[in-house]
Amino acid sequence: MSGALGRVVRAGVGRRRTQTAVMVLTTLLSVAAAVLALGLLVVSSAPFDRAFARQHGAHLTVEFDGSAVTRDRLAATARAPGVAETAGPFALVSVRLRGEGPVPPGFEPPPLTVVGRSSADGPVDAVSLNEGRWVRSAGEIVLEARALPPGLVLGDRVTSGTAELTVVGIASTAGASADAWVVPDGLPALAGARQPAFQMLYRLTAAATRAEVAAGREAVAAAVPADAVAGTQSYLDVREAAQEDRGAFVPFVAAFALLGLAMSVLVISVVVSGAVSAATRRIGILKSVGFTPSQIGRAYVAQALLPGSVGAVLGVALGNALSVPLMAEVAAAYGTGIEPIPLWVDLVVPAAALAVVAVTAFGPALRAARLPTATALRVGPAAGGARGRRIRGLLGRLPLPRPVTLGLAAPFARPARSVTTAAAVTFGALAVTFAVGLGNTLVAVKADGDPNRGGDVTVRTVAPPEPGEQLPGKPADPVAVAAATAALPGTGSVYRTTRTQIGVAGLKGGAPLVAYEGDTAGSRHTMVAGRWFEAPGEAVAPTRFLRATGLRVGESVALSEQGRTVRVRLVGEVFDLGGNGMVLRTAAASVASLDPRYMPAVFFVTVAPGTDSAAYAERLNTAVSPLGARAAVTEVGKSSVILAMQALIVMLTVMLVVVACLGVFNTVVLDTRDRVRDLGVCKALGMTPRQAVAQVLTSVAGIGLVAGVVGVPLGVGLHSWVMPAMGRAVGTTIPPADIDVYGAPLLALLAVAGMVIATAGALLPAGRAARTSTAHALRAE
Amino acid sequence: MPEPDPAHLIDLSDVGRTYDDGPAALSGLTLRVRRGEALAVLGRSGSGKSTLLNLLAGLDRPSTGRVTVDGLRVDRLSEAACAKYRRSHVGMVFQFFNLLDDLTVLDNVLLPAQLAGADRTAAAARAAELLDRLGIARHARAHPGRLSGGERQRVAVARALMNRPPLLLADEPTGALDSASGADVRELLRELNAEGQTIVLVTHDLALAEACATRTIELLDGRIARDVAAVTR
Ligand SMILES: Nc1ncnc2c1ncn2[C@@H]1O[C@H](COP(=O)(O)OP(=O)(O)OP(=O)(O)O)[C@@H](O)[C@H]1O
Ligand SMILES: [Mg+2]
Repeated sequence: MSGALGRVVRAGVGRRRTQTAVMVLTTLLSVAAAVLALGLLVVSSAPFDRAFARQHGAHLTVEFDGSAVTRDRLAATARAPGVAETAGPFALVSVRLRGEGPVPPGFEPPPLTVVGRSSADGPVDAVSLNEGRWVRSAGEIVLEARALPPGLVLGDRVTSGTAELTVVGIASTAGASADAWVVPDGLPALAGARQPAFQMLYRLTAAATRAEVAAGREAVAAAVPADAVAGTQSYLDVREAAQEDRGAFVPFVAAFALLGLAMSVLVISVVVSGAVSAATRRIGILKSVGFTPSQIGRAYVAQALLPGSVGAVLGVALGNALSVPLMAEVAAAYGTGIEPIPLWVDLVVPAAALAVVAVTAFGPALRAARLPTATALRVGPAAGGARGRRIRGLLGRLPLPRPVTLGLAAPFARPARSVTTAAAVTFGALAVTFAVGLGNTLVAVKADGDPNRGGDVTVRTVAPPEPGEQLPGKPADPVAVAAATAALPGTGSVYRTTRTQIGVAGLKGGAPLVAYEGDTAGSRHTMVAGRWFEAPGEAVAPTRFLRATGLRVGESVALSEQGRTVRVRLVGEVFDLGGNGMVLRTAAASVASLDPRYMPAVFFVTVAPGTDSAAYAERLNTAVSPLGARAAVTEVGKSSVILAMQALIVMLTVMLVVVACLGVFNTVVLDTRDRVRDLGVCKALGMTPRQAVAQVLTSVAGIGLVAGVVGVPLGVGLHSWVMPAMGRAVGTTIPPADIDVYGAPLLALLAVAGMVIATAGALLPAGRAARTSTAHALRAE
Repeated sequence: MPEPDPAHLIDLSDVGRTYDDGPAALSGLTLRVRRGEALAVLGRSGSGKSTLLNLLAGLDRPSTGRVTVDGLRVDRLSEAACAKYRRSHVGMVFQFFNLLDDLTVLDNVLLPAQLAGADRTAAAARAAELLDRLGIARHARAHPGRLSGGERQRVAVARALMNRPPLLLADEPTGALDSASGADVRELLRELNAEGQTIVLVTHDLALAEACATRTIELLDGRIARDVAAVTR
């Protein structure tokens, strides 16, 4: 019988070509979305921990004074109590690397820790290469991704003193053991006359708590001469710093992933169970020729699994392909190395999808197989029968054209299928709503989250010179720039900011301070709470500053500079995603008595009404260029994190919407097949093709309506729940204005989204239904 | 082009219908049916009877020739125009009733009027009249599944007559009925024709043809093999 079974399966797959195509496509997209979603979820959950575990990162990184201890002595620290594994000693030197281009005056590249290491691999801190290769000879350097100077790419040359190096690789170390690596032989050239230090990397037998890491440090310190330890770093501190900014993805990826998974399961089950229940008559025929119920169950499971497997395999491939560019962005956002989608995701997702297919196919197939053969044979194309007749009767009374009321009543004939389809489309509408809100919030947050951007035109008193130009010796004189700006026609209001680092009572290392001068009313910025500073002695600070100092809006804080002190009152919590969320802002007058050492000034000009910013910027630039300043239209910043999120949003939304459309398409295909005779009768009675299309489309209108009415509020709710979580993850409060992004027109538009998804899915089968030959349909007895 | 002929409701001229590469289902068929006639179409299975009805109903198009009903070139109508033609000109009765099981008897009967966008009260009155006339008024709120075959065919006839079509087409109307119910339907059709309803009736049932036809044709391989007017009626 198995030969016969195989033939039945093959014939079933071949005969129902639309059904088979839909099944392949739905599993394909569902699996792709689920692979992508789950992969991202896994990769982005605790990205630091994952990268650290994968790289076998160092729990403890110790720098030793190169003149106080020998290599042998350091190697022996591997036997210190509590030390599990070690790497090193590596020679280490701290240098400032310059790129090839000219450098603005006053700019000093940050010191980087360069380690001499012959291999990226090792028992501890197996550095992962994001691009290029590891160093092979002196004169080559690999840079850590986070230490990469902006604009620098593979193959560029960097210099330090007289040493010149080619960047051959970009790598990342989760444990932050170094900023750059050269071969051990390359280090002396960088160190010059200095004695290089040594670095040892330790993994400890116990390193879960600060106390345990500290114990390890004590043990290592005890094994070397006193004062040999120059500095130590615990992975727990690195982790804390790493996790600050990287968590933004997690809540939103989680929300999307769960949506994708739920929709995938729903649509697969609609498609599969629909395919099987549409075959009740065929099952009756199979039974009448001698198939047993369990054989029929197996036949239909196989019939569903065949296209399901094809779709699942293709879906895994698609999901992985789509993940490549995305993972690079995610890696950039998290500051970790690029991680592929874990293999287990590639195995578990399709397996789960196929299990869903098998289970949803087996139930209805077995039920159909258990039906008395005679009943199964009698259940013709117009199955559905007595269900929901009362409601359908009532709908028929509505004062609407008959094709419309017939269409509205249709979903009640197959309530289970209608409900599942409605659920799938509801998820689709939810996803669209959520995605649109998320996109809007991200754009708003990006625009509002940078108080350093303002006005229509920005003037910098230090500007990178054009190619071939001489570097100016010193920044332009702000007074002269202010005068030149004020003299130019078209200037509306101007304010300028200057930056400095300032001591803050109770805050180790102080905080950056931005001082405002001029027409500061124009500098006003989005606030999370309170208001922008106005009177002298008032200041605003971002969320993280308040949290770090334990201060609240309304309280005052003491600022100090070289023994001079002034108190300012915090009048507002400003929305600021830059500067690590620690930047204090106030009028220059408020801190004048501190006499801080300011960095070069930046001017922000709001042009007079009716003035073209671009033309104005050009004129202003001509005016201030001789002074050594540069004017340009204020840039709208781009953020790779937000770009990555937007790419992800678009990708997942499109997939989920297509899956929802396929769900509807399938339901309508099945329904019209069920009703082919009814539709034929109606056409024989004078239903025009247009009326037939109207009937089919209104049969899904209810589904679309439910989706809009239920899905949109759910999407709004999800958004208003996920956004603050995203904010919290990056340590800021997102201003309510940036979360409340759904206006009434947008909501109305979104409510239509469900209808659009439903209609789009129904259009094709509706047209086909309208075209089928009536004579043929009526013969189908 | 011939002038619309007021006496003849149906005018088929040299009509042929071929499906794909198969032999002609109909060929060279020329047939005129007068208003008020009841034409019985006999013939073996596969002789082209249903094809003929489909052409008259505008459900199918001839491969060659002209189909004119009530002065309308049915073979030339667009899909939408065909649908409107069926609403206004044709009532159809089938062997297996083809009632919508989801709708009540009344809703089934009302359907053609509703599709035509007819006035609700007028349609309700007409439906009530028909149900009454056909003796199925007490089943108005029932679903067709509950009814006997004969009753179902009465519902189908009521539905076919709803829009007062000049032409009633019936394909084996007694084919699925027991003899008592068949006689019932036979009597009904005879009465309708007596009131002036033009009927084209496809049947195997010689008794039916004899009882209600004013004229009988027999098809053989898509051609008219015999055409006789009823001697008595
Ligand atoms: N849609 C179609 N496609 C192909 N061939 C068809 C189609 N409809 C009818 N035929 C063929 O045309 C011929 C006439 O069919 P038709 O249905 O008119 O016969 P009939 O006289 O009504 O037969 P019966 O008494 O069995 O109903 C048959 O050979 C049939 O196979
Ligand atoms: Mg026939």
